[in-house]
Parts: sequence; C-alpha cells; structure tokens
Amino acid sequence: MWTWFYKLASPPYVYGVAAAFVPWLLGLAALAIGYGLIAGLGLAPPDYQQGEAFRMIYVHVPGAILSLTAYTVMAVASGIALIWRIKVGHAVAAASAPIGASFAILALITGSLWGKPMWGTYWAWDPRLTSELILLFLYVGVMSLRSAFEDPLRGDRAAALLAVVGVVNVPIVHFSVVWWNSLHQGATIVRLGAPKMPGSMLWPLLSMWLGFMLFYGAVLCMRLQAEVLNRERQASWVREAIKS
Amino acid sequence: MTNDFWSMGGYARYVWPCYGIAGAVLAWNWWAARRYVAAAKVRAARALAMASSAAR
Amino acid sequence: MTVGAWEAFFLVIHRELCLSFRRPEQLFQPLVFFLIVTTLFPLGLSLQLSALRDIAPGVLWVAALLSSLLSLDSLFKSDADDGTLEQLALSGQGLTLIVVAKTCAHWLVTGLALVIVSPVVATALGIPTSAFATMMLSLALGTLTLSWLGAIGAGLTIGLRRGNVLLSLIVLPLATPLLIFGAAATDRAISEASTAGAVYFLAALCVFTCTLAPWAATAALRITLE
Repeated sequence: MWTWFYKLASPPYVYGVAAAFVPWLLGLAALAIGYGLIAGLGLAPPDYQQGEAFRMIYVHVPGAILSLTAYTVMAVASGIALIWRIKVGHAVAAASAPIGASFAILALITGSLWGKPMWGTYWAWDPRLTSELILLFLYVGVMSLRSAFEDPLRGDRAAALLAVVGVVNVPIVHFSVVWWNSLHQGATIVRLGAPKMPGSMLWPLLSMWLGFMLFYGAVLCMRLQAEVLNRERQASWVREAIKS
Repeated sequence: MTNDFWSMGGYARYVWPCYGIAGAVLAWNWWAARRYVAAAKVRAARALAMASSAAR
Repeated sequence: MTVGAWEAFFLVIHRELCLSFRRPEQLFQPLVFFLIVTTLFPLGLSLQLSALRDIAPGVLWVAALLSSLLSLDSLFKSDADDGTLEQLALSGQGLTLIVVAKTCAHWLVTGLALVIVSPVVATALGIPTSAFATMMLSLALGTLTLSWLGAIGAGLTIGLRRGNVLLSLIVLPLATPLLIFGAAATDRAISEASTAGAVYFLAALCVFTCTLAPWAATAALRITLE
C-alpha cells in the first residue's frame, strides 16, 4: 500500500508523473476558470450591498486561498524533506514558493482595489491584511535564504526549516477575522455550517477556486520538473528525460 | 455585452484592473515556469555533455 | 571527567558572559544604537513630548527590535568562525543545551540591558513614569522572545554573505506579533487602561517561543554545521 509513497521519493518517477499531469491540469483549470468567469461576470446577479464591485471576489478569494495553500504545501514538503531526508520534498517546496508568493501579491493588490470602493481606503492595518503581508515576507525570506547558500542542499534544508517555522502564520491569516475585530469580512466558504452566499454567486466562486487550484497544480508540476532536474543533473535517467 | 457590463455599475476602474492583474499573475506563472523548465533542461544537457567529455 | 547537564549549562553561560565583558564596547554598541534611533524620531517628527507620547510605544519597540537584531550576529558567528561551535556540538552535551545556554546569556547582556536602559529612552519620548513597570515587563518578555527568534535566524544564516540582511528579513516578519502586543501593552499603560490582556498575550508568545525555538535553533545549527 505504501509503495506509491516510496515511488514518490524517486526523482525520475516524480519527473515523469509531473510531466504527464501538466496538460490535464492545465486543461481542466482552463475549463473551471472559463466557467467561473462567464458565470461570475455574466450570470451572477449584482450584490444588494456592493453592487457590481463584489465581482472582484472571483479573483481575490481564490488568490488568497491559494497563497495559503501554496505555503502549506511548501511547509509540509519541507517537513517531509527534513524529517525523512527525501530530497524530492525540497524540490516541491522550492517549486511552490514563487507561485505562492505571486498569489499573495495578487491577493494583496486585488484586495486593495476592492478596499477602495468598499472601505474607502486602499490599505488598512487590519489583522488579515497584515498577516497576509507577513506571509508574503515569509515567502521572500524562504526564497532568499535558499538562494543565499552556495551548497544547494544546505540551502534547501535551511529554507525548509524556515518554511516550517513560518507555517504558524497560515492559521493566523485564516482565523484573523474570527479572533480579532477585523475590517475584513468573515469566512464565507471555509467554515462550519452552510456557506453564506446564494448559489448563483457561490458556484462561480467555487469554480474559480477549483480552477486556480488546478492551475497551481499544473505550474507546480512544471516547476517541479525543473527543480528535480536542477538537483539531479548528473544522474543517468536525466539523459533520456530531457530529450522530450 | 452591454455598456452596463463594461462599466460594472460604476466600479469599472476597480474591477477591470483586478481581473487584469489576475490574468497577468496567471500568465506570468505559466510563462516563467516554461522558461525555468527550458533553462533547467539546457543546464542538464550541458552538465551531461561536460561529464561525458571529462570521462573520455 | 564528565560534567553534568546543569554544570555544563552554567559553564557555557559563564563563558559567554566572560567573553562579552572582555569587550565591553561590543555590549554598548546596541544600546547606543537604541538611543540614537529613538533620538531620530523626535528630530524627524515632532519635538513636542505631548505629540511624541502617542507614537512613543511604537518608536520604543521598533528601536528595541532593530537594536536586538544588530546584536544577534554575535550569537553564533565568532564561535562558528574559530571552530568552537563544532567542538561544542561534538562535546557530548546535547547541542540543545548549549543553544539554550548561549541564548540565555545573549538575552542577559542584550535584552536585559535594553530593559534597564528603557526608562531613559521612555522619558525622552514623553512616556509617563506610571507606565514604566508595564513597559519594562513587556520589553523583558519581548526581548526574550526576540532572542529566541533570533537564535533560529542566526543559526540559519551563519557564515552567509550579507547574513545580517537575511537575518533581519527572516526575524522581522516573525517578530511582528511581538511588536503589536508589546506596543499595545505600553500604549494601554500610558492611557491607564487595563494592560492585562496584552501582557498575558505577550507572555504566551514568550512561553510558546521559548518552548519550541530551542529545537528549531538546534536544527538550524545542525543544518549549518554538517
């Protein structure tokens, strides 16, 4: 039963699997995002409070959720790499970092653009916004630390430790709207109980979330191929692999 | 696609840049990843070539 | 002759303190930096103590954060440079024990010094003496937490080019809760509101960090040393 787990520790296997997944993930992502855009921009009715401005939710929320997901993936992969010394874990963490950072930037900018009409300001030092900004700093820190070492394995391990230490910020971002009086609205989807949105608005959002997730998976697989190659350059399987 | 759609109830200058940035981030991710993979393959080929010529 | 764990602990602390006091200028530099930075704010913003009082907690805490960051470099660097760190790691006493001893000694000469100097700086920023007790308590808890976060960061960045900048980049995001609650505690003390909540939270952060950071810092050192 555990053979699939052991296989995942093998760089050539992971390289092959990642390469195979990319087109499927991209295709499904395109479908999900396509439906999300059409339904979200065209079919969903305007919000009674926010009017048409609420449509920014369809890129802001998936971006924010993905920034947290990418960090969690990075932290889990780093933990696995540190504890069991599985180098593929470092490759996954290194691949996930830039994607997650770009999604954090997306969440912050789209949030800022949404905040201006809704709250009257482009920025507020509110717990959720601040902790998301800290998340971006943590991403930058992990990426900088990895690249600062001359020995790549040592850089991987140092960055992995930092990623694991920083994962404490992820629940802070998520629960910030619960624990503090926040300007930012509370959780709408990831909560106990039924979601607080009507179906016509919710389905496009779920579709965009799924689409972003699939897209993240696709880009992760692409970067993972490169990261595996970078760490295994002289291995014999590489000769055949790069011919494609 | 009526004028209402493009003006987004008056919020057009917030909504459309939002979607624009989202598109830019997705596009950058895809494009940067492709470039990164291509560069990795080139480096790997070079390393293999050096190794085999050193072995000779 | 084998040495017990407590003996080793106090030996390392004693060694660190001796080494620190051998170069007293090194001890004063972060304190002077603390004073200078706090002077910059009134000169740049406003010379009225009444106006400064509002921003004083924040200024004090940012200055304390930055001065602590300056001194973190010395935690492991000189020992790593001359090979002592490896000897300590091989000594048979747990590396964690050594790390705890070193960090405690570091806090004694930097964090505690900051706490002692803080009333001087607080007066310069217009903080009333009634708030001093809370301010010093919050600074003591905060600098201890910061010493531990710094130990993790220092362990990761020993011997890197521009390690200082990276160290700040790593430690500052992790230190933001400290800053928020420390400044809040001092602020509440100034306005005579209840400070219990903020101080308890700061203490909780301190305990959380002091419990988990030793393992993280030891892991960081192992990564750097091997």
